Amino acid sequence: MKFIDYYKVLGLTKSASLNDVKKAYRKLARKHHPDVNPNDKISEEKFKQINEANEVLSDPEKRKKYDQYGKDWQHADAFEKAKQQQSHQRSHTYQGRQGENFSEEDFSSFFESMFGGQRASGRAGAGHVKFKGQDFNASLHLDIKEVFTTHKKTIEVNHKKIRITIPAGVENGQIIKLKGYGGEGINGGPKGDLYIQFVIQNNTPFKRDKNNLFKTENIDIYTAVLGGEKTIETFNGKVKIKIKPETQNGTKLKLKGKGFPVYKKHGQFGDLIITFNIEMPKHLTKREKELFNELAKLRGK
Amino acid sequence: MKKENLIDIDKLCTHYEVELSFFEQIEQIGLIEISTLTQHQYLHKKHIDNVEKVLRLYNDLKVNMEGIDVIFNLLDKITMLQEELIQLKNRLDIYENE
Repeated sequence: MKFIDYYKVLGLTKSASLNDVKKAYRKLARKHHPDVNPNDKISEEKFKQINEANEVLSDPEKRKKYDQYGKDWQHADAFEKAKQQQSHQRSHTYQGRQGENFSEEDFSSFFESMFGGQRASGRAGAGHVKFKGQDFNASLHLDIKEVFTTHKKTIEVNHKKIRITIPAGVENGQIIKLKGYGGEGINGGPKGDLYIQFVIQNNTPFKRDKNNLFKTENIDIYTAVLGGEKTIETFNGKVKIKIKPETQNGTKLKLKGKGFPVYKKHGQFGDLIITFNIEMPKHLTKREKELFNELAKLRGK
Repeated sequence: MKKENLIDIDKLCTHYEVELSFFEQIEQIGLIEISTLTQHQYLHKKHIDNVEKVLRLYNDLKVNMEGIDVIFNLLDKITMLQEELIQLKNRLDIYENE
């Protein structure tokens, strides 16, 4: 657990007045509020930090405790106990987290250890108004092979297991919304939503553009010149293709319906586009050189 | 319009502790649509997300209605640009490491 410098978080010095704290908090909140920074994890994290800093520094009692123990916060409770025993005074006991409606991740472990998870009325100015819970953002890393077919997957978000269906053809970077899988509502409001962004890794020889797949296929010079057949790997199986005589380097061949599944359109597929790369023979024998010379002469070269 | 999807505006005023005029202002900037049925005003539940977002911007960040209008317009633009960026990044991948 790391010590958090709440003054630094708000860009203040220790001598800052309550008014300075409020001003700094509002300015930073306007910049990092989740409503103005959708799907931005860095801002979300920053917003939590400034909220936490504001929670401590705008409450005189908490600020006093924070200032008093500073970096020795880990021993704060021990100090308090010792003081209590000496003076037989009743010290503060903080309420536990029961009955609170905030996600555990809202506060740092530093805050939890120092203030025991107590917090004020929630969103500033919200009073006892019910609000929908916080929206959560998560990213799900998948291999391109996994999104070729529709399948179910169990994922864990904030210690909760959720079974989701991943439709075939999901795109890299695409975001889907799962209603009601976000944070608990505030004051009994409805739950927030969960936004999952797909991060799709592709280590296959296929390049993907939406539903179309692209692949480069090497063919030898003889097949390119004379024509022939070749068995090639598509994304989900082998097919035999015909190569026309005198095929030029870089020629493209479209295999209809052999591409990637179209998102949420069952049974529909994009195309596979093959680009031919003609391989030149290497390490020619004497005889081969003679024959190539003969061919060159025939063309007047 | 199905009535079960409609919420009585009076109830929403009590729920969010705001005046009716607040909803009228949100309607003016085009973020919600208020329906009138049998002389009663209702809000379709699909607009609740926007109402709560407006309330948060208004209460938490002290942004006025004109500012909120600007924010919503810019957010729409950001969403559009982000989608375009993802598409372009995915396309770029085709030409990389060739």
